[in-house]
Amino acid sequence: MKKYILTILIIISLSAGCNDDFLDREPTDILLEDQVWSDEGLILSVLTDLYNRYHDIQQITAWAEYTNFDEAFASNFGNYWRHQFQDYSYDWWGLWDYGYVRELNLFIQKAESTTQIKPEAQERFIAEARFLRAALYFEHVKRVGGVPIILDPLEYDFSGDPTYLQFPRNKEHEVYDFVISELEEIKDILPNDGNIKSRATKGLALAMVSRAALYAGSIAKYGATTPQVSTPGGEVGIPLSMAEGYYQKALSSAQELINDGNYALYRKKDNLSENFASLFLDEDGNSEIIFVKDYKEKGVTHGFTIDAIPRSLREENIAGGNINVSLNLVQSFEYLDNTFSEIKTIDEATGNYIYYDDPIEAFEGRDARLAGTVILPGSTYRGKQVDIWAGYQLADGSIISADQLGGRAVLPGNTVESQVVGYDGPVDQLESSAQSGFYVRKFNDLDVGSGQRGTGSDVWWVRYRYAEVLLNAAEAAFELGNTSVALPYINEVRQRAGFSTDLGAGDLTFDRIVHERKVELAFEGHILFDMKRWRLAHKVWNGEYTELTNNPGIANEPSTRVFALWPYKIYDPGNPNDGKWIFKEVLPSVVNNAHRFRMGNYYSNIGEGIRNANPKIVKNPNQ
Amino acid sequence: MKKKFQYILITLLGVIIFSCEYDNYEEPNSQFDGRIVYQGEPLNVSFNDVYFELWEPGWQLQYPINVAVDQDGSFSSLLFSANYKLVLPSSQGPYKSIFNSDANSDTILVNLTGNKTMDIEVLPYYMVRNANFSNSGRTVTSTFGLEQIITDADAKNVERVNLYISKTAFVDTRTSISTMEINGSDISDLNNIILSTDVPDLIPTQNYVFARVGVKIEGVEDMLFSTIEKIQL
Repeated sequence: MKKYILTILIIISLSAGCNDDFLDREPTDILLEDQVWSDEGLILSVLTDLYNRYHDIQQITAWAEYTNFDEAFASNFGNYWRHQFQDYSYDWWGLWDYGYVRELNLFIQKAESTTQIKPEAQERFIAEARFLRAALYFEHVKRVGGVPIILDPLEYDFSGDPTYLQFPRNKEHEVYDFVISELEEIKDILPNDGNIKSRATKGLALAMVSRAALYAGSIAKYGATTPQVSTPGGEVGIPLSMAEGYYQKALSSAQELINDGNYALYRKKDNLSENFASLFLDEDGNSEIIFVKDYKEKGVTHGFTIDAIPRSLREENIAGGNINVSLNLVQSFEYLDNTFSEIKTIDEATGNYIYYDDPIEAFEGRDARLAGTVILPGSTYRGKQVDIWAGYQLADGSIISADQLGGRAVLPGNTVESQVVGYDGPVDQLESSAQSGFYVRKFNDLDVGSGQRGTGSDVWWVRYRYAEVLLNAAEAAFELGNTSVALPYINEVRQRAGFSTDLGAGDLTFDRIVHERKVELAFEGHILFDMKRWRLAHKVWNGEYTELTNNPGIANEPSTRVFALWPYKIYDPGNPNDGKWIFKEVLPSVVNNAHRFRMGNYYSNIGEGIRNANPKIVKNPNQ
Repeated sequence: MKKKFQYILITLLGVIIFSCEYDNYEEPNSQFDGRIVYQGEPLNVSFNDVYFELWEPGWQLQYPINVAVDQDGSFSSLLFSANYKLVLPSSQGPYKSIFNSDANSDTILVNLTGNKTMDIEVLPYYMVRNANFSNSGRTVTSTFGLEQIITDADAKNVERVNLYISKTAFVDTRTSISTMEINGSDISDLNNIILSTDVPDLIPTQNYVFARVGVKIEGVEDMLFSTIEKIQL
């Protein structure tokens, strides 16, 4: 009997164990390729991840990068080094993201072969991935020069010989040409709709073509002034003869975008400074914005406002006040009569301080974008006045101040202590205080709670907007010698900033264009790439301990250190100047080195690891 | 309790006795010294700017050892004994490398076994000749000449010459507290250039400064200098 039972058991187990799909089950925790590529919603989430991996250097989620150059001071202990190094490292701003390239190529390959979704949706997905791939190659060529253009996902055959996967670098202009032609091929597949802000549109493709062509054109033109920044194989450097073609392309695509009429400068508010600040915060039918990285309240937020909010108005116990806009940038905003001047602190006739009734008066009569970009002493944020003043100056010129925010001391002739320094500083070497005398307004969220870690800010990060396209068109037309075409574009941007006198044909110079981009596009991630393509970076950041220039309108004036402007109150009872304000230009004591941009910084280092893995990759010049 | 303490003592003793050999690799111990010279005369450059590369062939992955050249053209590096290939990168220094027959290229073969002192001959674009420094009061004056060494198709013009004054013995454009500059096109006689500049008030006061003259050559990033002179005010 026992024997039979055993035999039956063996038979049962043998027959049951052979069941085909017993081990072959559908996973419940991951999605398979076939599942993904048959559902538009799932494909969109794959694409969303690819959008999220878009590269930026300076942006609102990396505030400290804004302080690398001369635009802002980092009032934060861990970032003081940004004012204390001398040479920009050759590795800085490098990029070699072929993992991302591969995933975009895979996406395109899979999207092309799927038959499960509607053809219109399929077409759009492919076009968007090609847009992202073009944007990625644009980012590479901006930072390291020509890179190998790989358009198929590469597979290794494990033969032990990877040489068939090693590609040499393409020429710099070939990468720009690829970016431009790719975007032109897809622009009409993408929706021509100005209301789509966070996905690729025809307007975005055109805006990127105009930027890329402008970069290539200026590298060709101004690269001729730095012949040593080139390689014999053309991986770095674009021939001068190609400049005109690129400028024409930049102009024509900018004009196509302008003529399509989907975008317009943001003009919702009458107060032009408020209007300019609001341009970056208003997500409701904003006609100027072309492409953003979007954030969502109670979903995906960022901490820019936590770090950037004025210290006295902070919403967290220890945070805020980190970005102090430099005097270098503040004084670059011109007077409304189109003239340049440093911020006036000394009366030239008498040699005495200028006494202002209100600190804001020192900045009056300037470009509306100044107050729209910067929180000035005496101005308000979220309806409350910021408290920026460094101390009292007495009749004999001595200073009474304190070493903490809102610090108190006894003024002469008094018996009780009173406040002698603002709750926003500036106090030298005290982090979060306005050590430069200014805070940043651009991208700084006005919603209550956006400065708290638990909630965060949902202000979007603007990558492309209409004003830049207008400036691209103006610059391209100017470089083509066509001033009459350039003027209306640049003047449109300037009128929005409050300039009632348009620039005339004689006023439009290269320096004007450099300056206009500097003030219009500050804190939007342009400064490094603009200075590089104009080959101005090694002149402006030349490593010398130069004082702050008095000619902010001149493009190649050195600006290697960030300077500060500190307001003081006068304490001199009985004197008519009692209670008035004076300003002093100071160098924050943290700033102890002058930045130097070397020839080798124009194209970032491609690491030895990459060059060892692929000996066909040539090194960038001057490193 | 007492026993526990004894165990701890014995363990500690063991750790102390047996853990002395903390590294089983020998440290690099071959000193490689020398200068960058033209006909035996050292070339003066700016600090932290000029380097050359040493490559050791035979390894799977290639990483250069960068050796920095000091202000007076000297260099010094502590290395492992090996056969190195010394490469002067074309973008480094106000000079060009010289072809040599040993390597049949401008690479220099360096056989390092123990300490070694070696001068590297290069071809500079210019040489600073007869640099003299003098001062009357707080005005420092320098007279010097420039000899053009490379005169063939690779010849390059002088972009500018500078007199630099510095508080410390590091003297170039980055540390200068006072400078005088003449553009290359404004120099009438390369053999007789005179530059002078005033020394500003120094805080804290010091009664000496350091000075030298530098030449910026068109299309060459690194400047060429005279020797550094200490000047008593």
